[in-house]
Amino acid sequence: MTTAAAPGPALEREPALARLGTMLRIRRFEEKAAELYAAGKIRGFLHLYIGEEAVAAGVMPALTPEDNVVATYREHGQALARGVPAGAIMAEMFGRANGCSRGRGGSMHLFDVSRRFFGGYAIVGGGLPIAVGLALADRLRARPAITACFFGDGAVAEGEFHESLNLAALWRLPVLFLCENNLYAMGTALSRHQSQTDIARKAQAYDVASAAVDGMDVLAVEAAARRAAEAVRRDGRPYLLELRTYRFRAHSMYDPDLYRTKDEIAVWKQRDPIRLLRARLEAEGLLSAETLGQLEAEAEAEVAGAVAEAEAGPLEPVTDLLRDVCASAGT
Amino acid sequence: MKTTYREAVRAGLRQALQTDPGVFLMGEDVGRYGGAYAASRGLLEEFGPDRVRDTPLSESAFVGAGIGAALGGMRPIVEVMTVNFSLLALDQIVNNAATLRHMSGGQLSVPLVIRMATGAGRQLAAQHSHSLECWYAHIPGIRVLAPATLEDARGMLLAALRMSDPVVIFEHASLYPVEGELADAAGPVDLDHAVVRRPGADVTIVTYGGSLAKSLAAAEELARDGIGAEVLDLRTLRPLDLDGIMASVRKTRRAVIVDEAWRTGSLAGEIAACIMERAFGDLEAPVARVCSAEVPIPYARQLEEAALPQTPAIVSAVRAVVGRR
Repeated sequence: MTTAAAPGPALEREPALARLGTMLRIRRFEEKAAELYAAGKIRGFLHLYIGEEAVAAGVMPALTPEDNVVATYREHGQALARGVPAGAIMAEMFGRANGCSRGRGGSMHLFDVSRRFFGGYAIVGGGLPIAVGLALADRLRARPAITACFFGDGAVAEGEFHESLNLAALWRLPVLFLCENNLYAMGTALSRHQSQTDIARKAQAYDVASAAVDGMDVLAVEAAARRAAEAVRRDGRPYLLELRTYRFRAHSMYDPDLYRTKDEIAVWKQRDPIRLLRARLEAEGLLSAETLGQLEAEAEAEVAGAVAEAEAGPLEPVTDLLRDVCASAGT
Repeated sequence: MKTTYREAVRAGLRQALQTDPGVFLMGEDVGRYGGAYAASRGLLEEFGPDRVRDTPLSESAFVGAGIGAALGGMRPIVEVMTVNFSLLALDQIVNNAATLRHMSGGQLSVPLVIRMATGAGRQLAAQHSHSLECWYAHIPGIRVLAPATLEDARGMLLAALRMSDPVVIFEHASLYPVEGELADAAGPVDLDHAVVRRPGADVTIVTYGGSLAKSLAAAEELARDGIGAEVLDLRTLRPLDLDGIMASVRKTRRAVIVDEAWRTGSLAGEIAACIMERAFGDLEAPVARVCSAEVPIPYARQLEEAALPQTPAIVSAVRAVVGRR
């Protein structure tokens, strides 16, 4: 196991601006989603990614289009960073037929097979065995791809985490396990649900290589994810990368957020991943007000376009209620 | 040729492995041990460890890995040793396998076959004697099969492998040693229809799986008293062949359902309700059920026998329904 305490990689303008752009897109998308939830346009559970943008924005560049992605119910950021069109995601949350899951999944169940985005899984830990199976299929079919599997710190308490790490290691399967540790399993702090809070260390028990990285520093995340993905590709074995992050909003729109202090949230907001990268770029004279304005405008325009697409989307007719239950006749 | 149910299952597995390079088998002790019920004995040696994979005791992980491998283009057959242990994989089967096609708006298919042994009758006590087929039959998005004959043991597996939906196959543990005739070239069978295993005019005994033999024995005994019991083998538990059930019940006008599961919330209850909805006017007597007693299945032989549907209870239930006690 290694801990990425080393100084971050040298700053390169173009990739850094691209990551800033991705994080801004996610942030604006999520802010709009919260607004539309309040307006009643989006219902059900809505889990916002605000504060955690560096994880998706930093990890996705380490993957190829042939790799598989398995995500959780807090997956708008991963979907956007993977290239799932914002309009298809927003339309899904509106429950429209042009949504990426035809309005059958909603916020927690985004799918886009054309981008090998194998979905949002909303039972904590439930996506890990799926990722192991995707990697097994690739191994058996001699497909040179890896499977990236996102899950939270809460999933580490599930048996499926342990079963999946063991199975992937035992069978030498190319799975990149990505633990998005935002310190809370819904409202239960990591220290209140884990005897060993150093999640990356748990991999040792399964003979799986691991590392932990500052999940608020997108460039550090990207460097760590590239190292990890490279190791998985090279060795054909699993790897656990723990991304230490924080969500600025409540767990879901139903959560009154009573289990953590305003001070704690304020301290973490000082390390807002967008603010951190922006400050670093500005300090090195790599980000002009004009460029920032342009990135902001692009994000705003994309979100506005997504909302328009969702608003204009058709409703699936109720007569199609039973479609896609089974491939063959009958349910 | 003369063979056994166990060998019929094995023949189906071998045929699938031979004909489709996408097929592989995984589960607890399916390889070196040869399968807890010896259904896969010899297959590891024949097909190698990539295609006959022993798994850790991680039901959730290896069933989920089967789902993932199916998404990734393979054609996995997952053996869960028994239905009792499948409870540790219920999350993967119910929340993932059954939902992914619908939840993804039709983008995903899960062409996965899950086999498991089921049922009581071997003095294995409460944790190894479950009959939970109806839990699975409750779930939209999966197919549930209960092969009760040698032909179905082989042919249902082969037919299931032609479907692009997840299929759960229940093999009653008492059936593995059953001997019978099976054609060498036996292939896939129809999955859509219940089958009349014994025709009769006076009453329909609706059953499946491990209760078929007991029902046929009851019909034999009843015939000696001039009562013609038609025995209908459901074969597919989801979706039910309601047309087949109604055709028989409309003919005989009486129905007794034999189901090794507990009565409360059982498939027998579902079938009775369907008969009431669709054929109430054709009935000459209330529908009767012969199910297991509402008790965790006990160890002692006489207690276990008393807990399960037995031929005398089926005979009595039929006599009551036809009004000839």
